[in-house]
Amino acid sequence: MTSNSTTRKSFLRLPDFSATQWGPGTVATLIAIFLLVVLILPVAKVIFVAFQEPSTGAFTINNFIDFFNASLFRESFINSFYVSAMSVVFATLIALPLAYFTTRFNFAGATLIQTFGIIPLIMPPFVGAVAMQLFFGENGSVNLLMDEWFGFTIPFMEGLNGVILVQSVHFFPFILINLSASLQNIDRSMEESALNLGSSGMRLFRRIVFPLSMPGYVAGASLVFLKVFDDLGTPLLLNVNNMLAPQAYLRISSVGISDPIGYVISVILVAFSLFSLWVSFLALKNKDYATTQKGGGGLLKRDLKKWEKVSCYSVILLILCFVMAPHAALFLLSIATVWSFSPLPDAYTLSHYTEVFDTAGDFISNTLLYAGLAGLIDVLLGTAIAYIVWRTGIWGRKALDFLAMGAVAIPGVVLGIGYLRMFYHMEVPFSDIPLASFWGIIVIALAVRRLPYALRACMAALAQVAVSLEEAAESLGATKTRTIRKIVIPLMSGGILAGFVTSFATAAVELSATIMLVSSEADAPLAYGIYVFMQSAAGRGPGAALGIIAVLIVGVGTYLSHRVIERSKRHRGES
Amino acid sequence: MIKLINNSRKLIARVALATAVCGISTGALAASGKLVIVTSFPSDLTKVFKAEFEKQNPDVKLEILKKKTTAGIKYIQETSKNNKTDMFWASAPDAFEVLKDDGLLQKYSTKVTGIPPKIGSFPIHDPDGYYTGFAAAGYGIMWNQRYLKAKKLPAPAEWSDLEKPVYFNHVGMSAPSRSGTTHLTVETILQNNGWDKGWASMKRMAGNFKSVTERSFGVPDGVNSGNFGIGIVIDFFGLSSKGAGFPVDFVYPSATALVPANIGVVSKAPNSEAAQEFIEFLLSVKGQTLLLNPKIRRLPVNPAIYSQAPKGFPNPFTDKELQGTLKFDLKLSKNRYNLVNSLFDVMITYRKDDLTDATRAIHTLERKLAKKPNPKAGKLLDEAKALIARLPITEAEANNPELASVFTKKRKKATDKVTGRQAEIEAKWDTFVVNNYSKARKLAAKAQDML
Repeated sequence: MTSNSTTRKSFLRLPDFSATQWGPGTVATLIAIFLLVVLILPVAKVIFVAFQEPSTGAFTINNFIDFFNASLFRESFINSFYVSAMSVVFATLIALPLAYFTTRFNFAGATLIQTFGIIPLIMPPFVGAVAMQLFFGENGSVNLLMDEWFGFTIPFMEGLNGVILVQSVHFFPFILINLSASLQNIDRSMEESALNLGSSGMRLFRRIVFPLSMPGYVAGASLVFLKVFDDLGTPLLLNVNNMLAPQAYLRISSVGISDPIGYVISVILVAFSLFSLWVSFLALKNKDYATTQKGGGGLLKRDLKKWEKVSCYSVILLILCFVMAPHAALFLLSIATVWSFSPLPDAYTLSHYTEVFDTAGDFISNTLLYAGLAGLIDVLLGTAIAYIVWRTGIWGRKALDFLAMGAVAIPGVVLGIGYLRMFYHMEVPFSDIPLASFWGIIVIALAVRRLPYALRACMAALAQVAVSLEEAAESLGATKTRTIRKIVIPLMSGGILAGFVTSFATAAVELSATIMLVSSEADAPLAYGIYVFMQSAAGRGPGAALGIIAVLIVGVGTYLSHRVIERSKRHRGES
Repeated sequence: MIKLINNSRKLIARVALATAVCGISTGALAASGKLVIVTSFPSDLTKVFKAEFEKQNPDVKLEILKKKTTAGIKYIQETSKNNKTDMFWASAPDAFEVLKDDGLLQKYSTKVTGIPPKIGSFPIHDPDGYYTGFAAAGYGIMWNQRYLKAKKLPAPAEWSDLEKPVYFNHVGMSAPSRSGTTHLTVETILQNNGWDKGWASMKRMAGNFKSVTERSFGVPDGVNSGNFGIGIVIDFFGLSSKGAGFPVDFVYPSATALVPANIGVVSKAPNSEAAQEFIEFLLSVKGQTLLLNPKIRRLPVNPAIYSQAPKGFPNPFTDKELQGTLKFDLKLSKNRYNLVNSLFDVMITYRKDDLTDATRAIHTLERKLAKKPNPKAGKLLDEAKALIARLPITEAEANNPELASVFTKKRKKATDKVTGRQAEIEAKWDTFVVNNYSKARKLAAKAQDML
């Protein structure tokens, strides 16, 4: 907490060191120290066993040799890679029409659609899984009805293809959010020039619009890839064990074992994630995406003809119905008495909501506080790092970016254990509470885990801001800080918001690190509450009710953020 | 946006202030009568006990920390240097054995009388006095009645029923490495049938698995939803699901082990006085009666309580079906604990698809053979079955402490030597198992062609 607020302070106090490199340099150093303390050291404390000879404790790379010698692990690696790549393809198919229609055309309810578009990212732990099975599972509603009507079933949720389906539905908002932000940032004049030169329709999109929005697309797609590669919730839900992340998790969290291979897999996950990130950088290398005209509302929006409108709406509706189905099932579950091997619940009740009513208050305020703070920390760090990477020549700036992104590949349970090891013997000043039991540690853990999301969004946003705008401001006499505050940050606002929303939304339902760190029920967030309910047969309904509350909170938060940004944009447009 | 950031700056300042205030106020609270319990039990159970205990002891405030057993053990181990936990409260006796071995529990003997020394053949309290049993649990089979009816399946009664081809792709179980209670089920089957036969039977059942769930509650959850029809579970999962209104039922097979669920005081507990008080409360008549709550449904260890139990509630002290429970060798189970878990994962959890494919081929062959006997194909069938049952290690090897120590890896001293690495051994097993499964599948296919 302390090191973070210093980072922040010096970031905003830039005037003292303006015009030189060492102002940003100090910020970079502070961020690096912060990440060292809250990311590198705790993780190192856990995964050093990957390099340890189990029998003697000496340094060794034998564990890695074991990894590559085991056919199970080679297979898992290939499966993980295949699933991640295919998920990017399907997520793109879902996200592209939503992003394109809502940003390019005058469209009633665009904000609402954008909000709905982020909901799939918020699948509360456990209840989400149950709801999905009840709906799409082999004996879920859809298949039971299909069996009754047509006499066959479709294995939506079986094997690797099931994982791809669920992952693309779950993670496509990463592409949607970042791509929309990017599309909105494209200079209208580019499009106008193209139109003047006679390009239009698909060709315009293919040659001008989509290439110009590449930073956002790549940011989103790389997040989908990394997240799917490192995600364990979905494979575990579908009982697919032959992938890397579940292999690591299953081995790390087994009873009383400290087999190093789980940590070896973690190291490999991190290494491969960073490698694929580097590849995604290459895709953007040596290309300039910055355009100068900003703030005028981005792309040309045109009105749709009637039949176009109808078809656009039906495509969007179809996609939304599909991606919102799990949440519809979750809602049904939260008002169901008993729902078992039938297309719909036996009867309905509101009693689950009254049951969680007493306890939910604390959970909700904790969730808002933790996820909100974590999102805030993330966009601050994200903006600062993006600025350092794109706008300064500081030595090791790329390393800083990689360092922060590395968090995406750290399993939550590893981070949780690392924090316990690192902070439990330190105490909160003026008390005898261990630092690890202090709720602020949960905020830090959430911020670190979700930093990559915000960072990618901020990076993409800054990539689209032309340096010439800053140079213009500076040549008119503005200091560096003033330029950042008055020019850079406002122009990045779309991306910053996208980053905040993703960090906030996903932090609100995070469980794997939280569960290691929660040390009293009064400090627990919603995800933990759901977990507690989902341990007993009678707790399913109340758990689902809490899940719906979590989704609503995030939905409302997202909607409000979109409104804020729309208003500020209009405001700027007018002035 | 700038305004937003300005506001947020204020917010951070406010939060920083709140942080400091919070830190001080919670610090003051720690001094009062707080009792911190780390437990794997659901809130349906804990909140009932918490309410009653706090009513009886108004000065003590219970702080329940819900963590699954494995995470709970890790938490207590990791925080032992600066321990703030008073008690650990969970099902599996082996979890307590792990903590006991690490010196993380303190001795306490209850003052309550009227509780027999043993339930079945299992001592209710730890003979060394480090943890106390307060409820019993047995393992059995639960099923979804609607599911069985829709798929026209008979209800199972014995472990061996689950090996039958009718249940192919209908059974769910958790992995023993994921849940201490499931581990006991596997050990029960191994000790009851012997190492080789036990594993063979286990693998025939596993051939029928629809899924191997990641957590033990995943099994009742799957049965309750109808995701799969039959689950291998600990009794209270079945009984409480029924209590919650799901169309499910539960049965104890004749070979079940009744084991106690336990509670223990953590060493250097900040409030060991209240902790001991809580143990007394759990074993008191009031505490034992609470176990009969329809959302809890665990078996009390005080035989007198059963007179208040609802009709049809199992009574381990009088029921015939529960009298014959086998002798469970806790020491044997403890010594090969991790090895059995790892073997299960290598042969079943991670290679479920290979095993399922081979099993499907064998079932098809058996059906065809029943219609059209063919001695040559019959011989191939036996061969295929034997291939599936084959184990990468013998019982003597499994019980050899040297091999088992590769899997514990808890070096007490830096000088302790362990030969071999778990991953190395597992990779060898994996190759062995995968080869056998695929050979078995091919043999069965070949035999089908003969018919």
